Amino acid sequence: MPKATNADDSDGSDGVQIDLISGERMENMATMEKIRMILDGVHDGNIVILEEGLTPDEESRLIEVTMSEISPDEFNGIEIETYPKSKANDSSLLGRIMGGDDSTAKLTVIGPANQIETLHKDETLISALVSRD
Amino acid sequence: MGLYSQLKDSISRVTDRLFSEQEPKRIGIYGPPNAGKTTLANRIARDWTGDAVGAESHIPHETRRARRKENVEIERNGNSVTIDIVDTPGVTTKVDYEEFTDEMEKDDAIRRSREATEGVAEAMHWLREDVDGVIYVLDSAEDPITQVNTMLIGIIESRDLPVLIFANKIDLDDASVKRIEDAFPQHKTIPLSAKEGDNMDEVYDNIAEYFG
Repeated sequence: MPKATNADDSDGSDGVQIDLISGERMENMATMEKIRMILDGVHDGNIVILEEGLTPDEESRLIEVTMSEISPDEFNGIEIETYPKSKANDSSLLGRIMGGDDSTAKLTVIGPANQIETLHKDETLISALVSRD
Repeated sequence: MGLYSQLKDSISRVTDRLFSEQEPKRIGIYGPPNAGKTTLANRIARDWTGDAVGAESHIPHETRRARRKENVEIERNGNSVTIDIVDTPGVTTKVDYEEFTDEMEKDDAIRRSREATEGVAEAMHWLREDVDGVIYVLDSAEDPITQVNTMLIGIIESRDLPVLIFANKIDLDDASVKRIEDAFPQHKTIPLSAKEGDNMDEVYDNIAEYFG
C-alpha cells in the first residue's frame, strides 16, 4: 500500500489531506492493519474517511491503541464520527440475530482531535470543521 | 442455521453468562467521563456493604484504574443477588492534559492525562474480556448522542452483554430522561440521582431483576 503523504510534504501548500478509503481496500485487512492505517494517517495530520466503517470490536481496539499512543504536546487522540443508529433500525435482539445490525457499512470520519471539531450530527448528516493544527 | 436456532443460541449465550457460574457476576459501570459512575458505585457499595469504592471529583478522569468491589449483596423482595461492581474510568477517544491545568500544576496534569489514557485502555479491555453485564451511566443534563456513547453501546450489544442504562443527575435543572430514552430506545433506562440518592429503590429492583 502506498504510504500516505502529508500535504506539506507533497506540494508545500497549507492544506489538509483527506484520505477516502474504500470498503474494497479494507475488506481483506486484519484488524490491526486497519487500525495502523487509520492512526498512521491521523498522526500525519490527515482526515481519514472510511467508506464502510469498522466493526464494534475494531472500534474497541481503535480506542485502546489510540490511548496507548497519546503523548502530551504531540498527539491528543482522535475525533471519530459516524452517523448515529437510526431509531427505525434499532438493535433489537431479533434484529441482530437476523443480521440486520451486523453491517458496518457506515461512513466514518476520523481525524486528529486537535484539528477536527464536529459541528452537527444527526442520522443523515455529519458537519465538521477541519483546521490546520 | 434457522431463525429459531439462532434465536435460541443467542438467548442461551446471554443466560449462560448470567446463570451458569456460581461466583458473583461482574457488573461493569461504564460511561463517558463525569457521568457519575464512581458516585453511583460508591452509593451502591455504601448502601449494601458500608464501604466506598473510590474518590469522586468534578474534574474529569478522577477514576483512572478499574476498581472492583466484590460480593455486594443486594436484597430485594425477600431475595438477594450478589454481584461484583467494577467501576471503570470514563471512556473517551482523546485526552488533553491542558484540560486539567486550571486545576493543577502542569506536571500533575500530564501525569493525570497519562494515567487517564491507561485507564481508558484498561476499561476497554475489561469490557472485551472480564464483565458479565453493564450498567451504562449517562449524565441526564448532557446530549446522549455522542460518538463515544454510540460506539460503546454498539460494542456492548455486539458482545451480547446485558445492559441497563442509568440516566443519572436527574436532580439537575437541565436533566432530560426522555432524551436518553429516545437515544437508546432498545434498552431500559432508569432515572436516578446517585449523588442525592433519588430513585435508588427502582435502581436496586432493576439490578436484582436484570443481573440476579
